[in-house]
Amino acid sequence: MPNLTMVEALNLALGQSMEADDRVCVMGEDVGVNGGVFRVTKGLLDRFGPDRVLDTPLAENAIIGTAVGMAVYGLKPVAEIQFSGFTMQAFDQIEQNMARFRNRSRDRYPISMVMRAPYGGGIRAVEHHSESREAYWAHTPGLKVVIPSGPRNARALLAASIADPDPVIFYEPKAVYRAFREEVSDESEVMEIGKAEVVRRGTDLTLIGYGAMMRPVLDAADDLVEEHGIDVEVIDLLSIKPMDTETLVGSVAKTGRCVIVHEGPRMCGIAAEIIARLNEHAFEYLLAPIKRVTGFDIHFPYFQVERHYLPDSDSIVVAVKETMEWT
Amino acid sequence: MSPRSANSTTTTAAAPVGRPPVHVDGCTAETINLGSVDVIRVLDENGKVVDASQDPKLSDSELLRIYRGMIRSRGFDQRMLAMQRQGEMGTFAPGLGQEATQIGQVYPMTGRDWFSPSYRSIGAQVWRGWTMEQLLLLWAGFFEGFAIPEGVNELPFSIVIGSHVPVATGVAMGIKTRKEDAVVVTNFGDGASSQGAVAEAFNFAAVYKAPIVFIVESNGWAISTPIEKQAGNSVLAARGVGFGMPAVRVDGNDVLGMIVACTRAIDHARSGHGPFLVEAVTYRMSLHTTADDPKVYRKDEEVKSWEAKCPILRFEAYLKGKKLLDDATIAQINEEIEQDVIAARDRFRELAVAKPGEIFDFVYDTLPADLHEQKAEYLARLKRKGVE
Repeated sequence: MPNLTMVEALNLALGQSMEADDRVCVMGEDVGVNGGVFRVTKGLLDRFGPDRVLDTPLAENAIIGTAVGMAVYGLKPVAEIQFSGFTMQAFDQIEQNMARFRNRSRDRYPISMVMRAPYGGGIRAVEHHSESREAYWAHTPGLKVVIPSGPRNARALLAASIADPDPVIFYEPKAVYRAFREEVSDESEVMEIGKAEVVRRGTDLTLIGYGAMMRPVLDAADDLVEEHGIDVEVIDLLSIKPMDTETLVGSVAKTGRCVIVHEGPRMCGIAAEIIARLNEHAFEYLLAPIKRVTGFDIHFPYFQVERHYLPDSDSIVVAVKETMEWT
Repeated sequence: MSPRSANSTTTTAAAPVGRPPVHVDGCTAETINLGSVDVIRVLDENGKVVDASQDPKLSDSELLRIYRGMIRSRGFDQRMLAMQRQGEMGTFAPGLGQEATQIGQVYPMTGRDWFSPSYRSIGAQVWRGWTMEQLLLLWAGFFEGFAIPEGVNELPFSIVIGSHVPVATGVAMGIKTRKEDAVVVTNFGDGASSQGAVAEAFNFAAVYKAPIVFIVESNGWAISTPIEKQAGNSVLAARGVGFGMPAVRVDGNDVLGMIVACTRAIDHARSGHGPFLVEAVTYRMSLHTTADDPKVYRKDEEVKSWEAKCPILRFEAYLKGKKLLDDATIAQINEEIEQDVIAARDRFRELAVAKPGEIFDFVYDTLPADLHEQKAEYLARLKRKGVE
C-alpha cells in the first residue's frame, strides 16, 4: 500500500474513477496543464486528454452551471472551485440548478456530479482563502456534503462521491493536503457517504469533529486520556449531509457528555445541528450541557493571528474538562 | 437607428480621424476585426416579401403547419389567461405577440436537438411535443406537470432569470465532448441579457465552440424596465462580436425571418463552428405575468403601435396572397384549434389531482436516513388531515 499525502490520495481517486468510467471528467480553473493550484489534478490531462480534463475560463458560476448541463447530458463532471471562498460566485448555479434539477425534472435529470473545493484556515492565505462555509450547503435540499480528514478517507470518499447518483459538495481541508502521509489502499476501498466513523472508543465523553479539526481533536484526546484520565470517544463526522444521527446518538447515549468542534462560525453551524439532534434523540442520556468549540461569528482574521482564532487542542481540552466537571 | 425595429446595423471598426495609425500588439483601429451583425426580415408588416433572396421556400403544407402552430400558441395562451382569471391556473407568463419568435426558433430543430426554454415558451413547447394538458398541470401547480414528455429533449425552465443558460451551454459542451450530432437552442429575454450567468455562458460556449444557439427574445420590457434602461447598447446582437460568435438581428414578428435566422444559426452550430446569437426583436403585447399590471409603466399608444405588427396577421396576409388561406379557412382553423384547446382543458381537469404524499420522492436517488424521519412526520400530518 502506498504512503500518500491527501493531495496524492485525491489524485489517485480521480485517476481511478476516470479509468473505471469514461463518463467522469474533470473541469475547473487551471486543472489541466497546471494540474490545479494544489496539484490535485496533476497528470490527468496527459492521461485522459482535453475532452475529459477541461481548463475553463475564470467564472465559477459557469463552471458549476455547465457542469450541471454536462451531468444532464449523462457525463459525471468533477468540477474544481479553486478555493471554497470562491464558491460564493457559484451560489446561483449550486442552489438553482445543481441541487434542484432532479426534483424539478421529477427524476428525468439526476445530477451526478461533484464540486470539489479546498476549504479552511491554517495556510497563511489572503482573504477569502480560509473560510469554512459548509453550513450553507448543508442548508440546501438536494445536496450532499462530504469532508474527509486524511488521505485514506479522502480517496475512498471522493471515489464514493463521484459514483454517487446525487450532487456532492466535497470540501477538502487544505491544511491537511500535505500535512501527513497515510497508507492508502490501491484497491477501491468503499466508504459509504452518510456514515460517521468512531475513530477512538471511549466511555466518558463524545468528542465530535471533522476535516482539518480532526488533528487538534485527536491531539486533545491523547492529552485527555494520558494527562487527565478522561476516556473520550472520538467521532469523525465525514459526511455533513446526510448526517449520521444514529452513530452520534449511540455514542452520546453511552457517554452522556459531548463536545463538538468545527472551524466555521458558530451560529447555525454544524454543531448547532448536532446539538438539536442530540436534544431530540438523546436528551434522557445527557449528564451535562453540550459544548461547542468553533470559529467565532466574525470574519476569518488575517493570517498573522489565525492560529489564535482556529480551535486548537488546548481549547478542546478546556471544553472537555468543563463538560466533565459540570454538575 | 431605432432599437425597436430591425434596421440595419453593422459593427465595423471606426477609423480614427486626423490621427496617425497606432499599433497595439499588431492591431490598428483599421485592422481589428469586429465582424458584422446581419439583419434579417423576409416579410414586412403587411405580409409582403421584402427580401426574396431570403425566402426559405417552404412547401404549402409546411407554411400551413407553421400557421397552425402560431394559432395554437395564441389560442392556448388566451385560454390559460382566462383560466387564470377564473382561479383555475397559477401565475404564468403570457406570450401574446411572440408567436412568430416562438415557432420560428423551434421549427428548424430536429428531435435529436435539445431545447432549453425560458418560462415564456408554451407555444414552442407544444410544438416540440408537450401536450397542452401537461403544461396546464404545470402552471396550475401540479408537480406531475414538470415531467418532461418521453422522447422530448428539453430542459426544465428556471424561474431565476437567465440561470438556465449556463446549463444549456453545459449540455452543448457534453454534445461536443461526445462528438454527437445535436445542437442546443436556448431562449431568454432582454432582461436576462443583463445577468452575469448569461454572459458567462456566452463566453464558455465561444471558448469551447459548443453547438448552441442563443435566442434573445428582445420583447422590449422586463416587467417595467424598458430595453433602453436594460442595456447600454440595446442592439443585443452586438454582443456576439465581443464574445467571438456570429450574430443576427431578426424581425421576431416575421416567422419566415425567424426560420431563416434560426436555420442559419443551427446549421452553423451543427457544423462544428460553435455558438450563434440570434436577437429576435419582438414585443410583449400582454403582461409580464398574470400578477402584473403594465398600465402602471407603459403607454397604451406603444402597445397599439405594435398591434399593427402582429405576427399572425402578417403571416395570414402573406398566406392569403399565396391563396393558401381565405377568411373561411382562417375561421375554420381557429375553430378547430379552439376545440383542441378546450379538449386539453377538459383532460387537465380530470388529471388535476394533487399528490401531497410524494413531495419527498424526487429530492434524492435514495432518501437519506435522516429524511425518513421528516417524511414520517409529514405523512402523519397528512393522516391527521385525512389526506393521502
